Amino acid sequence: MNTRNLEITVGAFVVLAVLAMVMLSLKVSNLSSYGAAGNVYEIQAQFENIGGLKVRSPVSAGGVRVGKVADISYNNKQFTAVVTMQLEGAYQFPLDTSASILTAGLLGEQYVGLEPGGDEEYLVQGGEIELTQSALVLEQVIGQFLFSKAQETQGE
Amino acid sequence: MLNWLQSIGHRTFNRFSRVGRGSLFLWQCLLSLSYVFTKPMLLVRQLYSVGVQTLLIILVAGLFVGMVLALQAYIVLVDFGAEESISLMVSLSILRELGPVFTGLLFAGRAGSALTAEIGLMKSTEQLSGMEMMAVNPMKYIIAPRFLAGVISVPLLTSIFMAIAILGGYFVAIEMLGIYEGVFWSQMQTKVDFYEDLMNGMIKSLVFGFVVVWIAVFEGYDCVPTSEGLGQATTRTVVHGSLAVLGLDFLLTALMFNV
Repeated sequence: MNTRNLEITVGAFVVLAVLAMVMLSLKVSNLSSYGAAGNVYEIQAQFENIGGLKVRSPVSAGGVRVGKVADISYNNKQFTAVVTMQLEGAYQFPLDTSASILTAGLLGEQYVGLEPGGDEEYLVQGGEIELTQSALVLEQVIGQFLFSKAQETQGE
Repeated sequence: MLNWLQSIGHRTFNRFSRVGRGSLFLWQCLLSLSYVFTKPMLLVRQLYSVGVQTLLIILVAGLFVGMVLALQAYIVLVDFGAEESISLMVSLSILRELGPVFTGLLFAGRAGSALTAEIGLMKSTEQLSGMEMMAVNPMKYIIAPRFLAGVISVPLLTSIFMAIAILGGYFVAIEMLGIYEGVFWSQMQTKVDFYEDLMNGMIKSLVFGFVVVWIAVFEGYDCVPTSEGLGQATTRTVVHGSLAVLGLDFLLTALMFNV
């Protein structure tokens, strides 16, 4: 094979590989959402129990995805779970916003739901959400239900 | 009895000396790499015979792996009413494991064996020693371009494999199983992480490429220069190359996706 044809086929091969890489990064993975990464802010919230929440779980307000969980750690002084959330700069929330850990569907993944309050000032980088509601742990709910049921029958 | 004991020791020493020669060979090869940059045409020629000629088998294999994965995922997931997650299962298994591993195995079989046979034949027909007589270093002129071409090709082939496999899964999911197109892509994008999944897969493929090409060129360079020795060397390239890919894959997975 002569040199020119060789160069053309190898060039086409490399271009094909680059196109494949572009498709994988933009269409398959979440690289496009990193694009807005320059314009994000982080807030924290403390929960008694975060259930099955994981790093990278979505944070949503009114069903719209507004950010993700960036970090989860444990506060060993107050014995609470500290969830750091990364919110997109385009969305702003009042200071008295409340955060709760919800489940998508009955067995779906867990996410942080934000419920905006009425304060006139907004949460900024490093801010903290004071009002939080823990995850619903199925065992605890069933336990409470059985307990109250037992008390009812005793009362009769 | 004594002969038997002696043969064990003999074989053990042979193994060690092979490992030693292999490492020295790799070191010499890495030192000779700079020569390739001054003669890029050598590299292009090898990219063609190592990379482009492996492309077809990669395309076909990738397409069918993606399609089969989508079908199998559907059979399991439809029982739980989660058939929308097909795309997630296909893309994660392709990006994390199947893409790099399949490409590594196919590369060892298609290009690795060819490399060994080519270099081995050069050795048995005394072309390599002929070059040395003419003061041409075969390490720089023969080995280094092939090595570099292999190390470059494998990640490129892997990315093509991944893309075509996901397109195959897409075709089956949309056309045959009736999943909604928007759900297919959006499920993927929310869960597949660029660094965690895609980049770790590419790092794997780089490691596999390095090891497979190292084994291939070393076996060729180190083969017994007879027709039988050449056959054995080619077999060893495929067997050792494939085993190395599978073993390293377990190691890298355990390291990367801290289980």
